[in-house]
Amino acid sequence: MTETNERFLAYKDAAAEALLMAMEKDEKVFLIGEGADNIDGIGGHILPAIRKFGPSRILDAPISENGITGFAIGAALDGMRPVLLHHRNDFMLLAMDQMMNQAAVLRYASGGRHRIPLTILSLVARRPGEGVQHSHSLQSVFAHFPGIKVGMPACAVDAKGMLLSAIFSDDPTIILEHKHPTLYDKKEYVPEQYYETPFYSKIVTLGQDITIVTVSINLLNALDVQWELKTKGIFPEIIDLRWLRPLDINPIVRSVIKTGRLLVIDTGWKMYGVSSEIIAQVCENAHTFLKFPPRRITIPDVPCPASQFLEKHYHPSAQDIVKTVREMV
Amino acid sequence: MVLNPDSENIGLLKKLYYDMLRIRLVEEKLADWYTSGLIKAPVHLSIGQEAVAVGVMAALSPEDKIVSTHRCHGHYLAKGGNLKKMMAEILGKATGCCKGKGGTMHLFDDSVGHVISAPLVGASIPFAVGIAMASKMKGENKIAVAFFGDGAVEEGVFWESINFASVFKLPVLFVCENNLYATHSPILRRQPYEEIVSRVKSHNIRTFYVNNGNDVLMVLKAAQEAVSETRKFKPCLIEACTYRLREHWGPGEDWHLGYRTREEGDEWLAKCPFKQLRKVFDKGGNLSQLNTDEMEKMIKKEIDEAVKFALESPAPLENELLSEVGG
Repeated sequence: MTETNERFLAYKDAAAEALLMAMEKDEKVFLIGEGADNIDGIGGHILPAIRKFGPSRILDAPISENGITGFAIGAALDGMRPVLLHHRNDFMLLAMDQMMNQAAVLRYASGGRHRIPLTILSLVARRPGEGVQHSHSLQSVFAHFPGIKVGMPACAVDAKGMLLSAIFSDDPTIILEHKHPTLYDKKEYVPEQYYETPFYSKIVTLGQDITIVTVSINLLNALDVQWELKTKGIFPEIIDLRWLRPLDINPIVRSVIKTGRLLVIDTGWKMYGVSSEIIAQVCENAHTFLKFPPRRITIPDVPCPASQFLEKHYHPSAQDIVKTVREMV
Repeated sequence: MVLNPDSENIGLLKKLYYDMLRIRLVEEKLADWYTSGLIKAPVHLSIGQEAVAVGVMAALSPEDKIVSTHRCHGHYLAKGGNLKKMMAEILGKATGCCKGKGGTMHLFDDSVGHVISAPLVGASIPFAVGIAMASKMKGENKIAVAFFGDGAVEEGVFWESINFASVFKLPVLFVCENNLYATHSPILRRQPYEEIVSRVKSHNIRTFYVNNGNDVLMVLKAAQEAVSETRKFKPCLIEACTYRLREHWGPGEDWHLGYRTREEGDEWLAKCPFKQLRKVFDKGGNLSQLNTDEMEKMIKKEIDEAVKFALESPAPLENELLSEVGG
């Protein structure tokens, strides 16, 4: 195997590398979470850190989501850089008080004197049978609050870089990874060195006919269908949002000024969601450039059913994108 | 253990009296400010409860950290917090400890180990656990102390905190100021028993019950033992019974509301922290050494200076509205 091939890492392994690097770089970094040191290391995710640092810096916590968030905030107030792990993001709703009433506002409430360098790492656990709670994709709930950063990496390079950005940011930062195997196990070349992903959205494909903004795993579907669209003479500009807060809207607005069309694809719900915000901001800034009403593809406005026969209709598909784009262009 | 005003500890006893009086006089000034309309915020006065803050703080080292609640003035002052920055904060001025953005319920002074205050019931308790966790990880000798009221014991996060502190053997001391009411709701309408410690013991937490938390020497005695245990990584809880003499928030008394009786209040007034400590001096034949007039004069001078500082301080500029948000 060549040197280059060894650097082809799966998304989950790139994130694992980030965690290990962060702990090597700064002894104030530690991880706490329910079952954090379980034998499978959250699907292999944190095994490298466990092997190297063991239970003194990988803390298996009691089942106390709100409490452990508060413990992590306290540790952060005492100079540590805690990483808090929740296996699935529905658990985070139990910690809303500590995340949003506390961590998000403490810097502001102290006139900037309190800094909470807390990373909350969790997963959208989209797999068959996960059902109405474990399938949640709650990013827009979290991104509503000023004072919190929220990111959703959509490739292995960003799974590493965004986690490092989060850990070494001085503000509370939520990273929601996506556990569907098409992304979680997807390999790509990941640089070996330390790097942070900036708080910007990323133009992945340049085009001129329509702007497609994707959140998380939806990037893969958009990339999959771009050739099919191109054979039909439609050249999409695909933008991976990466960070929901801070929201880097300028590249999106500039793109829509060029293309005149906007499609937003989110893993969450439509109402009050990420897609609502992006479309609103584009309309506020560039409505005269729009040649067609903005559209969005999201999960339907219902919880996610457990049955595989229903669930297969639940998530946005590549063909949903083709169909919508062809209606718009 | 120091209890009698002999030559060795008379200084400490005088300091306890002074610290309690300082809290009382500052809060009376705040009540005046509130009545005159200067304060545009709900101030939660701890008048009547000064002995718990002062007794516990007297057992701590300067490097020990505390976290507090919406009723935080007493803790802030007893830990040595800067009075000028406190008064300015309560008036919403740029020179306040939070630059005016936190207000009366978010007082803190890092330089003396008052890390943070937060008004949501029970919410700051886990911060102390986390500070203790960080302290242990870093191999430091300091302990963390969480102050909270009896209402916080009904919050899940309280039990999550004592469970975690016990399992991880953290140097954290929990101090429950049981003043018998959560706002206007009496404790027996909310909890099975009026005392709390017996329910906490089962978590392998060492507990201390101070049935008269207005006796600063009883509080200090419990706190000295608890702090010593806590420093050995045996988390402890002190329950100190005390009584809020003023409204839940606001400057006045609230007997007219009828949720508690004047008779009950009178019983606690008889257990006034100042009267009790004065009795100790009297008993030892040292009352002449407790020059309260002199103390009052010194404190009032400090208050006058802080008042002047706060009143003359500039308001925050409008652009502060959007600064230090993060995220």
